[in-house]
Amino acid sequence: MSDMKVVEDLTQSEYKWGFVTNIEAESAPKGLNEDIVRFISMKKEEPEWMLEWRLKAFREWKKLPEPDWAKVKFNKIDYHDVVYYSAPKVKPTLESMDEVDPELRETFEKLGIPLDEQKLLAGVAVDAVFDSVSVTTTFKETLKEKGIIFCSISEAIKEYPDLVKKYIGSVVPPKDNYFSALNSAVFSDGSFVYIPKGVRCPMELSTYFRINAQETGQFERTLIVADDDSYVSYLEGCTAPMRDENQLHAAVVELVTHDNAEIKYSTVQNWYPGDKDGQGGIFNFVTKRGMCEGVNSKISWTQVETGSAVTWKYPSCILKGDNSIGEFYSIAVTNNYQQADTGTKMVHLGKNTRSTIISKGISAGRSDNSYRGLVKIGKNATNARNFSQCDSMLMGDRCGAHTFPYIEVQNQTGQVEHEATTSKVGEDQIFYLNQRGIETEDAVNMIVNGFCKEVFNELPMEFAVEAQKLLAVSLEGSVG
Amino acid sequence: MIKIKDLHASVEGKEILRGINLEVKEGEVHAIMGPNGSGKSTLANILAGNEAFEITGGSVEYVGKDLLDMTPEDRAREGVFLAFQYPIEIPGITNATFLKTAINEIRKYHGGEEITAKEFMAMIRNKAEILGMSDSMINRYVNVGFSGGEKKRNEIMQLLMLDPKLALLDETDSGLDIDALKVVSEGVNKFRSEKNAVILVTHYQRLLNYIVPDYVHVLSKGRIIKSGGKELALELEEKGYDWIKSEQLEENPA
Repeated sequence: MSDMKVVEDLTQSEYKWGFVTNIEAESAPKGLNEDIVRFISMKKEEPEWMLEWRLKAFREWKKLPEPDWAKVKFNKIDYHDVVYYSAPKVKPTLESMDEVDPELRETFEKLGIPLDEQKLLAGVAVDAVFDSVSVTTTFKETLKEKGIIFCSISEAIKEYPDLVKKYIGSVVPPKDNYFSALNSAVFSDGSFVYIPKGVRCPMELSTYFRINAQETGQFERTLIVADDDSYVSYLEGCTAPMRDENQLHAAVVELVTHDNAEIKYSTVQNWYPGDKDGQGGIFNFVTKRGMCEGVNSKISWTQVETGSAVTWKYPSCILKGDNSIGEFYSIAVTNNYQQADTGTKMVHLGKNTRSTIISKGISAGRSDNSYRGLVKIGKNATNARNFSQCDSMLMGDRCGAHTFPYIEVQNQTGQVEHEATTSKVGEDQIFYLNQRGIETEDAVNMIVNGFCKEVFNELPMEFAVEAQKLLAVSLEGSVG
Repeated sequence: MIKIKDLHASVEGKEILRGINLEVKEGEVHAIMGPNGSGKSTLANILAGNEAFEITGGSVEYVGKDLLDMTPEDRAREGVFLAFQYPIEIPGITNATFLKTAINEIRKYHGGEEITAKEFMAMIRNKAEILGMSDSMINRYVNVGFSGGEKKRNEIMQLLMLDPKLALLDETDSGLDIDALKVVSEGVNKFRSEKNAVILVTHYQRLLNYIVPDYVHVLSKGRIIKSGGKELALELEEKGYDWIKSEQLEENPA
């Protein structure tokens, strides 16, 4: 494990404790009304303006229709049968790894998660050395010295109200869509990052441990602001399989980059997809959007999606500043009865704005995998350019892959390129690898990893290694 | 090394091999010649374990084991190597990764240690030089964007790297110009030793000018209809396949 990783992990264990202190153990009754929204806000000891903001969002939500355009099918959700606030459960601490479910341990092994991390994930007491306060403090001080703020959004609302007030909902307004309105009304917690002018964040920030140490609930809210000439790389998610009693997840992520700033946002998501027959599993309805506010700014989304029963997710970029750049690199894997409708939106508003979309969809079993993307070039976006490449790979003959590209060009100087391919993992490819001594399961992994190469290249090194293993686990037994 | 007895095989109900008998010993090179559709490539693919073909009868003993009972990957690990007629492209996987994985799988099977990066690089550079391939091909994706000739050369590269016991060369000469043919042949000749054997399948005699076989067999309609020494190939080249077919007819009038 690199020093960096140790430091990263430790920060997260810091967060674990940070959250616990803020919230008392108590839950709201089922259902959603203004009283519930007030209850949540009160529980979180929020200022009046935040409560008003939530209530406004709630009123918008009531007016909005539930979207039905995605190529996914599921039983209608009863929004009044959901608990919108429950105090995070502290997982019972186990004495040793021997007490952990053997199946979970096997998955950890396959993913190659280091033992200390396994312990954290499974709720086993962690070695004192690993949890050392002094190292954590050093890390916190490094960030503080640079003026970087990295804390929970609840903490930010109290500690940095001016920043939160200025940016929250500025990229994804509550009434943007049904799920963003719902999230705005009832969001449970999430992360807040602010990188001041001219600062390059010296380490990758990650939510990894916070989420795993505790269930933060189904309505996460993340806000990242990079001020002029700054840079940050943020990692979200975890390759370890995540189960949650809450079936509905509706997160909102907002990113803002000012002049010459860059945010790199990487996600590895592995929510419980349901069993082999399609029972259970998480519905993941996420709104992620970045605003390239300043000139020469850049936002890059990289995602590896292997989980959820139903995924509805379109990390997008609004390229407002001249010469700004938006990127979207995605791998979406569906197996068994999973359904994914995911893609991106690149909205070019400024001059000389550029965007790149590389999407790799892998479908196996009886799953359905759709890419849906919008490229819009506004009338003032002179010399805007987009390149999109959407590749689908099919395993077996009972799955589906679909591509829905939408292109709107309002400026004659715009250039939009779209390429799409569909391929099948062929018997002849597998035989070729078999003939060199590589067994079928490894052969399939190799072919799939090769197919996803361009996206893996965009992930931070360690994350990429984990993501490759995750793909292998997700597709286990899908061929032969 | 390998004993093929009365081997029958079919694809989609159509019988392609109709009783093949062939024995190949260590140190030998056997050429299998025959017109298109005679079953040459089928034979090579079946020995390598391609499941697209159904074996309907006969047996194959390889280094004392029942070859037909083994998975394709175990055959490879036991030293059976097929140089493909149409090598497959694997986007995103470099030749280096691919070969290293293959070498390690084979080593693992025999209880050996993984190859070190240093050892591997030295080996691959050496083999690339023999085949006149540039270092850059090491990091290119397997067969992606390769010309026909480059793909064939890459197959022989793999042959040299994996150093199998039994090499099956399936029309390795097709699509090669004369210079490439010489280089590839040289690669195969470097591979030849007293410990291994080669079965090469070809339509044309010209490959055999460079890789001189010990035996030549003529395959027609799924059977070996004539066997002989290397001079048989020259005779075939001169007289064409019809010569043997008519000779056969005279010997066994229908």
